[in-house]
Amino acid sequence: MTTRIFSSGIRRREDPRLITGRATYTDDVVLPGMAHAAILRSPHAHAKITSIDTSAAAAMDGVVAVYTGADVNAALAPVPCAWLLPESDLKTVDHLPVANDTVRYQGDAVAVVVAENRYAAEDALELIDVEYDPLPAVVDPEEAMGDGAPQLHEDAPNNQAFNWVMTGGEDSDEAFAGADVVVKERILHQRLIPNAMEPRSAVAQWSQAAGELTLWSTTQNPHIVRFLTSVVSGVPEHKVRVIAPEVGGGFGSKIPYYADEAIAVFCSMQTGRPVKWTATRSEGYQTTIHGRDHVEDVELAADGDGKIKGIRSTVYAGMGAYLSTAAPGIPTILHGLMYAGTYEIPSVKADVYGVFNNAVPVDAYRGAGRPEAIFLVERMVDKLANELDMDPVEVRRKNLIAAFEDGHDVATGLTYDSGDFATTLDMATERVCYDDLRQEQERLRGEGKYIGIGVTSYAEICGLGPSQVAGAIGFQGGLWEGAIVRFHPTGKVNVAVGTSPHGQGEETTFAQIVSDALGVEVDDVEVLHGDTDQTPMGWGTYGSRTTAVTGAALALATRKIKDKATQLAAHLLEAAVEDIDYEDGKFFVRGSPDQAKTIQDIALMANVAWDMPEGMEPGLEASTFYDPPNFTYPFGTHIAVVEVEKETGAVDLKRYVACDDCGPQINPMIVEGQVLGGVVQGIGPVLCEGAVYGDDGQLLTGSMLDYALPRADMFPEIETISNVTPSPHHPLGVKGVGETGTIASTITVYNAVMDALRPFGVDKVDMPLTPEKVWRAIHSNGKE
Amino acid sequence: MNVQTKININGQDYEAEVEARTLLVHFIRDVVGLTGTKVGCDTSQCGSCTVHMDGVAVKACTVLAAQADGSCVTTIEGLGGDGDLHPLQDAFWAKHGLQCGFCTPGMIMATSKLLESNPSPTEEEIRHGLEGNFCRCTGYQNIVLAVGEASKEVAQ
Repeated sequence: MTTRIFSSGIRRREDPRLITGRATYTDDVVLPGMAHAAILRSPHAHAKITSIDTSAAAAMDGVVAVYTGADVNAALAPVPCAWLLPESDLKTVDHLPVANDTVRYQGDAVAVVVAENRYAAEDALELIDVEYDPLPAVVDPEEAMGDGAPQLHEDAPNNQAFNWVMTGGEDSDEAFAGADVVVKERILHQRLIPNAMEPRSAVAQWSQAAGELTLWSTTQNPHIVRFLTSVVSGVPEHKVRVIAPEVGGGFGSKIPYYADEAIAVFCSMQTGRPVKWTATRSEGYQTTIHGRDHVEDVELAADGDGKIKGIRSTVYAGMGAYLSTAAPGIPTILHGLMYAGTYEIPSVKADVYGVFNNAVPVDAYRGAGRPEAIFLVERMVDKLANELDMDPVEVRRKNLIAAFEDGHDVATGLTYDSGDFATTLDMATERVCYDDLRQEQERLRGEGKYIGIGVTSYAEICGLGPSQVAGAIGFQGGLWEGAIVRFHPTGKVNVAVGTSPHGQGEETTFAQIVSDALGVEVDDVEVLHGDTDQTPMGWGTYGSRTTAVTGAALALATRKIKDKATQLAAHLLEAAVEDIDYEDGKFFVRGSPDQAKTIQDIALMANVAWDMPEGMEPGLEASTFYDPPNFTYPFGTHIAVVEVEKETGAVDLKRYVACDDCGPQINPMIVEGQVLGGVVQGIGPVLCEGAVYGDDGQLLTGSMLDYALPRADMFPEIETISNVTPSPHHPLGVKGVGETGTIASTITVYNAVMDALRPFGVDKVDMPLTPEKVWRAIHSNGKE
Repeated sequence: MNVQTKININGQDYEAEVEARTLLVHFIRDVVGLTGTKVGCDTSQCGSCTVHMDGVAVKACTVLAAQADGSCVTTIEGLGGDGDLHPLQDAFWAKHGLQCGFCTPGMIMATSKLLESNPSPTEEEIRHGLEGNFCRCTGYQNIVLAVGEASKEVAQ
């Protein structure tokens, strides 16, 4: 090999089946005798069910069975919440798979039909007669905690799901009392609908004779689904096989364990037939988790020279009607702990209320708590700059944590692994010629044109994470990962991993890791994932952790292979182990590269085992379970330039530069792809996206027709640059990159728009920044 | 009410008696068993189900199978296969124009018609031409690059 395969932007190995329509997603699975389930959803956000009559539906041609909550809940346990925050007075209310007598959000399951085909199942739903006694509903998280608000759960007074308080560093009151300047803001993060392009789907196949259950699921974490399916259905875990075949995007929305999967299992067990359930897009909007939903009151204290003294917040975080799988950890652990951002901030405090509201449950959506944290920090830094009439970049430089290679403690209690925040800031500002850009901005203002510049310095916590920490923060699972490397007699390799990529390209990058380490061709490595029967236990693909954790496990497994291969080569070459050199897949006695044993030679001998060293087991296979010693902390600087049209309020994104440092890049093409997708996904909520509920809890953006997703023509070509600061604790130094774009881009574009609006005396408009809202802001205070 | 429906898909005739309300996309997926064509929404927004019907790109969720009776339909499986990729398929691969792949068949089917009507589109024209298709993974940028790349190939 002349070019190193590591850091090479080779084409993805998963693509041929995807570009030719030959891939199999869950809804593509067809089994003999398969029936179809459809689920009746509550049209009310909050109501008592007074009666259900399923007789007409049950009598319809083509209907196999109709079930209500009484049937389903007798067989299935409630859907569990799996992040039980300690010291937060968390209320884990029962989330029944199908409502018994009360519905708590529009979309709550009320009844289930199994029919011969999907058309019949949907028809039968319309024949189910449900009488409701509507109750008052509440959607706004802050209102939900107020006096007299409708109550969702008897066990959760004032709709409070939990209260989590984080304090770190110096006393907050003292830091603020001693400050020259305090800036305040109320920040709203609207609900977002994740919109993975593939709707959720499940196919359940129960074999009564074998006592075995197979579940195809659109999940990011099949092993967790197996675990929780066992808990909810009662089928022993070793009799449950979960397959996540091709999965069409997730962005967090396919982490949670959904009642719908359990319902499909129930239907298969009851009818004795395979049962498929697939959400329509609109059904997904009503049932697949939403993201964000924060009301935040934030304060930042600083000295007159711009040195930050403290930051603190009170956050009301909507949880929706029930606690989704990881929900309590999102606005707390994954949010508050990032309040230092990239700065030396001596005092941090977060006071977070998780609040039940009559809406779809909220859970991890790309970035999950961290976009909100970086938004909060970076918005307040810009407000501080404005207050002190300083340049926003100057204020940032004044407060940045100095470069470090092996650990830096911040006031929130985290130890960042490595960082060089000033360098990415330099690179990004140089890229846009920042000083010239500011002059250009001034000149254009004179011409009645309003451009704005947003600069974000961010760090994020990913590579989740040390399992001991997971336990300490109440996560009801581990966060380690497993990888198996298996050489076959022909020298071809199977890799099996417990994580479950769904678009991130690890079939390619993991093959690159093996190829780089052991000198086999990339095409000779097949990466297996997504099937619990074929892969080692693992906790799933989310939180930018697959390469950061599984990649580490895999790298260590290749080292075990190399150690054994070296010993076997020494035996075959009749030399001492310490005299064996390795280069590009060849093992040889030092100085005699012509007499080499290739890794393929070694694999063959290990598999036939005709001539093994004394005491060495046959086979060439290694298995590693890797529990990371720390999280990883990617970081970077993003800059956006926007122009706001005064006459219309329209925001035009003119330029976007993303400078990211995620450590060494295994495949730069894939890394860039993650950044590009993440950036656009993060800009969506600034410019157009948002789930809108009526006061009565009706989802007004209930279909793709109403929910404004980003489109191709909203964006210029995004410019990506990068730096490399390795993680000190990862075997390959890599950090993870799946969420950086989303974490940085929301506030970058928001700050750019607010910067453009400064001449109008506007420094706050709630997202999304639609032309109407921006126009009203411009024309509201007479400063134009 | 059922109707006898005969559609030529990727050069082969398929005939079946289907409910009159059967959507073309369900005929393709469920009756014929070609699952490369995807269903991503229920309001004709996402474009994942785009196929060619008598040479026109249509969203197969918005056409009844009965309406397609007697027509010739091309799906992603018929556009190009292993070893015989359409220039767009190859360009999507080369330019990393896909991640999860779910929107990809619809994207390729839609943009292949875009290139037929405008063989040398500008970046702006490509971005505008993608307005009927959503992608949530790529941020569109590499799709735009892929279509531009394929246009050069097609032009040669």
